[in-house]
Amino acid sequence: MTPALRRRVFLVAAAVAGALLVWGLTGLPDYGVYAGPYGDVLNQVAVAERKAANVVAAVTFDYRGIDTMGEEFILFAAVLGVAILLRAQRDETEQPPDEDAADRHAPGTSNAVRVVGLALLGPVVLFGIYVVTHGHLSPGGGFQGGVVLATGALLVYLSGEYVTLRRVSPELLTDLAESTGAAGYVAVGLVGVAAGATFLANVLPLGQPGMLLSAGTIPVLNLVVGLEVAGGFVLLLYEFLEQTLVIRRPGEVT
Amino acid sequence: MIVLEVSVFLLVAAAGTAVVLTRDPLNQAIVASFYGLVLGIMFFVYQAPDVALSQIAVGAVALPLMILLALAKVRALGGDRRDDR
Repeated sequence: MTPALRRRVFLVAAAVAGALLVWGLTGLPDYGVYAGPYGDVLNQVAVAERKAANVVAAVTFDYRGIDTMGEEFILFAAVLGVAILLRAQRDETEQPPDEDAADRHAPGTSNAVRVVGLALLGPVVLFGIYVVTHGHLSPGGGFQGGVVLATGALLVYLSGEYVTLRRVSPELLTDLAESTGAAGYVAVGLVGVAAGATFLANVLPLGQPGMLLSAGTIPVLNLVVGLEVAGGFVLLLYEFLEQTLVIRRPGEVT
Repeated sequence: MIVLEVSVFLLVAAAGTAVVLTRDPLNQAIVASFYGLVLGIMFFVYQAPDVALSQIAVGAVALPLMILLALAKVRALGGDRRDDR
């Protein structure tokens, strides 16, 4: 296919897709107009029923808690898949990273990066914990806070060295955080069954809306999800860093 | 308010186009990170702060990071060859 013909095919396809898009957009409800009853019903009953100031969290971790469990296990499976794919292959050897080897020299991290990274580390970890623990009160929750926490590990690597990261957060601990987080969600669900209600039923005391200890199982679920996401992302970081810095193929340029 | 909405839409369109037009994967990872940030701001402007937080955490930090690490490995495998980019 010549470039000119290809361009013509593209233009025809783009015109058709564009026309369909415009046609679809004209059928959308006006901005700010909400047709369905569910959102309105939730806005009226969610805070009174679940004592969660953040209605979004009441939906994702309570009314639709089982969907979120699936979402959590998607991430779990994805991290597992990456870990399996990036393991050391038969023809690969593990070598100490450049910064740890006596005969090679890695370009040093600039002092500016070190200072900024270390200065950010404390606030980032604190913010991550805040986002995880206040998921039922304000925007955020386990998923977002977990990623923020994992960014802390990235800052350790950026401002220190690979070996520092391994020392700060050993792989066993990371594995444990990820699996405990994943299993914890199911465990909280089973508490509902044990209490004589259904799986993932909100059986803990609900408290008053707006308090840190309120909304029953929602903050607990946020905690376990935060643990799982933070562990999963740090594990991803490990696997990629290991591939980049430690595992070598014969003849590979470092 | 309408000015803010229109400008954030234009910013998203511009950033998305910039990602497509950037050819070097290394630069593209950085531009994609900026695009993730802009998309997060758009969600925030449209009053979806929960989604905005996820978008910024994943789109502006996690995804570009994975791309950068993967690129580092690919470069180590291919050495300094620049012709296969």
